[in-house]
Amino acid sequence: MRTTQPTVDLRTSLASVQLANPVLTASGCAAAGKELGQFFDVADLGGIVTKSIMMRPRSGRATPRMAETPSGMLNSIGLQGPGIDSFIANDLKWLKDNGARTVVSIAGHNTDEFVNLAKRLYNQPIDLLEVNISCPNVESRGQVFACDPLAASRVISAVRRAANPNVPIFAKLTPDVTDIAAIARSVADAGADGISLINTLLGMVIDLDTLRPALGGITGGLSGPAIRPVAVRCVWQVHQAVPHLPLLGMGGIKTGRDALEFILAGACAVSVGTAVFHDPTAPMRIIGELRDELALRGFASLTDAVGFAHKSAAEQDGYFAGLARADAAAIAGER
Amino acid sequence: MTELATPQYKPVQETGEIFDLTRFGEYLQFTVVAPGIAEAYRPGQFVAVAVGGADTSMLLRRSFALYGVKPGGDYAGTIQFVIAAKGKGTRWLFDRRPGDSLDLVGPLGVPFPVPRNGTPAVLVGGGYGTAPLLPMAELLIAADSEVEMIIGAATADRLFGQLPAKRLLGKITVTTDDGSAGQRGWVTDPLPSAIERLGAEIVYACGPMGMLRAVGEVAKAHAIPAQVAVEESMACGIGVCMTCVLPVRGSDGVSRFVRSCVEGPVFDAGRIRWADVGSVPADLFGADGN
Ligand SMILES: Cc1cc2nc3c(=O)[nH]c(=O)nc-3n(C[C@H](O)[C@H](O)[C@H](O)COP(=O)(O)OP(=O)(O)OC[C@H]3O[C@@H](n4cnc5c(N)ncnc54)[C@H](O)[C@@H]3O)c2cc1C
Ligand SMILES: Cc1cc2nc3c(=O)[nH]c(=O)nc-3n(C[C@H](O)[C@H](O)[C@H](O)COP(=O)(O)O)c2cc1C
Ligand code: FES
Repeated sequence: MRTTQPTVDLRTSLASVQLANPVLTASGCAAAGKELGQFFDVADLGGIVTKSIMMRPRSGRATPRMAETPSGMLNSIGLQGPGIDSFIANDLKWLKDNGARTVVSIAGHNTDEFVNLAKRLYNQPIDLLEVNISCPNVESRGQVFACDPLAASRVISAVRRAANPNVPIFAKLTPDVTDIAAIARSVADAGADGISLINTLLGMVIDLDTLRPALGGITGGLSGPAIRPVAVRCVWQVHQAVPHLPLLGMGGIKTGRDALEFILAGACAVSVGTAVFHDPTAPMRIIGELRDELALRGFASLTDAVGFAHKSAAEQDGYFAGLARADAAAIAGER
Repeated sequence: MTELATPQYKPVQETGEIFDLTRFGEYLQFTVVAPGIAEAYRPGQFVAVAVGGADTSMLLRRSFALYGVKPGGDYAGTIQFVIAAKGKGTRWLFDRRPGDSLDLVGPLGVPFPVPRNGTPAVLVGGGYGTAPLLPMAELLIAADSEVEMIIGAATADRLFGQLPAKRLLGKITVTTDDGSAGQRGWVTDPLPSAIERLGAEIVYACGPMGMLRAVGEVAKAHAIPAQVAVEESMACGIGVCMTCVLPVRGSDGVSRFVRSCVEGPVFDAGRIRWADVGSVPADLFGADGN
């Protein structure tokens, strides 16, 4: 391992979208950016991923909506939101005015709703569409499209046809399936430009004082560092299944070291979710920490590290030997 | 979707050293050096405290109403808050010592609205809920308002703020459920006569949800507003997660789930749909969005 690497190129891309750095927020954990804008300049992030938006205003589920769990939390928000019209008029405008790279997450009850959302956003100033086919906080688990390869691919191909062709679409998958690689292949075949991994895992907490479920919605989505090993495994498996597709990795990222695991497993960029509740400036801090972690390991650029854990030891050695030769040549050139 | 504005004052995140810790009955009062928070604070706002240290498994901050601040002068500004040991996070806070550091975000939330000068007001505090009312009482007195205060708790050692309240107001009314201090009963028992005696035009309250609801009903019976600071389960405290919502009727007559961390914690009691807390009433904005 090399010990000195002064600068690391953090630029990356998600399909055709170029990002200054690989750290984004996670859907549902940053609203539409405005609140975090009080703590840092949202334009300095790789991007803001907005809360999943639906066609109509939606109240979401009853309270209590959260329970803290060891190194994690459960939530049962139920996609509370203002509906697409208010979102475009207020939230999207704010993000644009503030220079943020904007990933809009959309959610629907059926394929038509996803298609209508994609159409409403066709001419809007958005950089990427994240298609949330994996929210566990809907009344009927039968609606989780990402549990069924056929349903998942149907939504994705319809959205791909309806959305602006210049805007990449990413399918957001759930880990609550037997074979996530199979779901990933099906959405890739259906035209997804990339994949976001992972949404929350379905979980439950029982309140020992009331002897009843702690959440108003009974079950909820588990997030936070508790789910990180599951998330890293999913990114690894999906990278193997569809190596050409860019992946946006997330699940329990709290530090630059955590982010690096996802990159090495195959993610081109990462989203930070629950950690924002603990530390509103976490996404900004993680950019710096990730840069240091890459430098410490001798990487010249973030993109060189993407999927690096899949390489054999010999291939890994070859990368660093190549960098050393290039450095030596540069030094020789200077002389 | 929200009709109330985003917070007036920009919150900051700062690491502050614990300057002083004082026990009062079941409570622990913190004084922490936090000049940024102290500077922007208004009564009714709260602070979100990280618990458990750097490698903790407790991810969510704990919220505490600000009991007051001492703005910077010769030394850096400090903030005060009062906590009860309840679960894991507050028990961890009980083990802190002066000199230890805390990671704080604040000031958060909408402060108590301040009436025009000279408005007579009754303040009602339950348990540690008295803490945020004391700086409000001070503010009202400075604005030439006549102020009465009723403080209550289940038992004598769960009362907070008796002494500072007496020092501020001369005389206060104290109630306990079991009669172990003051008069036996609820804070709402002496409230009607206090409102009438004073000709109060507004009530301020902080305490358990049941108490706030009851205070709201007494105020309504006297045709005056009650401004109450609620305590709803919060994951972020800064308005990004949507966990802390309450069904609140807007000035347009439409009820919405609003975030109590940024649109509260202070609400007009008459606008909260108390009976519907914990459910999704059918006429709520977006309830049919399913
Ligand atoms: C605006 C506001 C002001 C508050 N002011 C004070 C105060 O001045 N003094 C004080 O002692 N307490 C106050 N509370 C309540 C305090 O935040 C909780 O008692 C505390 O979070 C419980 O944490 P814990 O670690 O002991 O419990 P745990 O059960 O371990 O907490 C688990 C999670 O649930 C949340 N939670 C649990 N109980 C409550 C509750 N009653 N209200 C809100 N969230 C809860 C915690 O914040 C945490 O995220 C306030 C709460 C709010 C929302
Ligand atoms: C409170 C909360 C709300 C969420 N809302 C959404 C949402 O609207 N859409 C979505 O795709 N994911 C949502 N998620 C999932 C996150 O985007 C993310 O996939 C998951 O939390 C894992 O990342 P984390 O451990 O960093 O939080 C939500 C998560 C939380 C904790
Ligand atoms: S606590 Fe997160 S929105 Fe209020």
